[in-house]
Amino acid sequence: MAGSIEVRGLSKAFGTFKAVNDVSFAAAEGTITALLGPSGSGKSTVLRMIAGLEQPDSGSVIVAGEELTDASVQDRRLGFVFQHYALFRHMTVRKNVAFGLSVRRVDKDAQTKRVDELLELVGLAPFANRYPDQLSGGQRQRVALARALAPSPQVLLLDEPFGALDARVRQELRNWLDELHRELGVTSLFVTHDQEEALELANEVVVMNHGKVEQVGTAEEIYNQPATPFVAAFVGSSNTLRGVVWERYVHFGRSAVAGAHHIADGREAVAYIRPHDIEITAEAGAMSFPISVERRTDLGWAAKLHLRLEDGQGLVAQLPNDEIEDIRPGQRLFANFRNPKVFVEEADTPDIAGDQPDLPPVASQNGAGPEVPSGRTLTGDGSKRS
Amino acid sequence: MVGVALLYVAALLVAPLVGITYYGLKSGLGTIGDTFGQTDIRHAFYLTFVIMVITVIVNTVFGVIVALVLTRDHFPGKRLMSALVDLPLAVSPVIVGLMAILLFGRGGWFEAFFAAQGIQIIFALPSMVLVTIFISIPFVIREVVPVLEELGTEEEQAAWTLGASRLQTFFRVTLPNIRWGLLYGIALSAARAIGEVGAVLIVSGALQGQTETATLYILRAFDQYQDAQGYVVALTLALFSIVLLIGIETFKRHSSREAR
Repeated sequence: MAGSIEVRGLSKAFGTFKAVNDVSFAAAEGTITALLGPSGSGKSTVLRMIAGLEQPDSGSVIVAGEELTDASVQDRRLGFVFQHYALFRHMTVRKNVAFGLSVRRVDKDAQTKRVDELLELVGLAPFANRYPDQLSGGQRQRVALARALAPSPQVLLLDEPFGALDARVRQELRNWLDELHRELGVTSLFVTHDQEEALELANEVVVMNHGKVEQVGTAEEIYNQPATPFVAAFVGSSNTLRGVVWERYVHFGRSAVAGAHHIADGREAVAYIRPHDIEITAEAGAMSFPISVERRTDLGWAAKLHLRLEDGQGLVAQLPNDEIEDIRPGQRLFANFRNPKVFVEEADTPDIAGDQPDLPPVASQNGAGPEVPSGRTLTGDGSKRS
Repeated sequence: MVGVALLYVAALLVAPLVGITYYGLKSGLGTIGDTFGQTDIRHAFYLTFVIMVITVIVNTVFGVIVALVLTRDHFPGKRLMSALVDLPLAVSPVIVGLMAILLFGRGGWFEAFFAAQGIQIIFALPSMVLVTIFISIPFVIREVVPVLEELGTEEEQAAWTLGASRLQTFFRVTLPNIRWGLLYGIALSAARAIGEVGAVLIVSGALQGQTETATLYILRAFDQYQDAQGYVVALTLALFSIVLLIGIETFKRHSSREAR
């Protein structure tokens, strides 16, 4: 039992703040879709409007072909999972899961059967008579999921479902949710600020920023063909290099990267380069950049190299240890950049990279994790040049 | 610190209690029996009880509604409403009584209307209930608002997404979560209703055997040198309030240990 989800031209303002601005996308029946964006991008508001917990100022919500925009929360019959579980604290696990059935006056035997089935499914049968505060965070989230699934909704909406959990449990639950989805096939839409989570779980990702949709696409499309500078910067942690376009190349001092064929000569451009798309060589190649190594941070299987270009711009490379074993701070070497994503420089072109892929997820939603690549702080130096 | 607190509580709360207990019991079982034997005194207790029950019912229902509105809704004037709710705590009960006289007494704004219906407000039960309700408005609201705030709205929203109507959500999710705060507010409200003198004195006329409550009887008892009976009635009222509060406190502890 599953239905498609479609939103058309959804807008919502809180006072003068436009939280959601003309958002449209569709999620096909039986798929998992992620709404990905930094905090304040409006993704949760979109989810709450689909659920009926917020009323849109304009636009429409269509689930399984049925127009639901003016339907009450209760009548929509959609499953909703809250970030902080929102379990009924005065009820046992069993009563929590049964709630959606008992308010709809499903008969007692059918209730018991369905609840047993779901508790089995989420692996919490032994905890049926516990209270929520006797469970761990991961267990509570599984109860919340079982509770949302009990009335057999056509669609499951999840608001930062793993946001309040620690990294290990988060990964575990993510795998488990993936399996559960394969088993049940219920159309799912989840909100996250964690790009890795979105790319791993979702068939399709809707990237949002400032209340607008930046791009809709598969994980592969979002990652390899970012439609906007924001997507390039937010998805995958990118280095930002600023230069000037000349004959389809972006020039930084004496070196240049390709990919600027869509930009006129003389314009300023930004190239986003992923940390693992950097190759370090001892010898200069045709298009290689002279760099100096400033710092090295070992991460076990990989290491981070903090590099500086001749023109003063900094960037971070992250490469498997066995490729860069001999590289030490102070060395002068050469770098080649693969797959740079080049965009015209505009006033609001983001400097900020997405979450660092190998750092534990942090509360910060903007990728401003505890460890800031030194390259980011130096983009300012680059712009001084011109 | 502990010493100061203990001394303070002992001097101001325990000493009067011990005193009233001593004088209440000193006169012996005979006087106690005699006190409860008097029709006027029995009627006074009955009246106090009726006023308390009506007050508690009204303040519970409307107190919960006001608390829900204050915590769940946004509207202009909300802060003013929140401040107004505390007004009865700041206004002397005597003034409350006077206000009631001004509204419902001879020449008052509403006097003509009720007189036309043949309903007597002043010097009768309605005005006594009215002023008592007014005076104990804040208790339920002030106990329930912080509990509702702490509870948040997510559980209620979760209930809606599971198909529960607003009413189902209130009775199955909100009410069970606020029950201890609510019960405590009810107990305070009841205790306040039982203890009210000033406002009731002004609006009731304190007619013996008719509009005389237990507290008004105590006043009269001392006027008429029936000290012993006065002490017995006072002790009864005090015990009732204490049992009410202690009962709720123990019940609450017991039950929270059980559930969690």
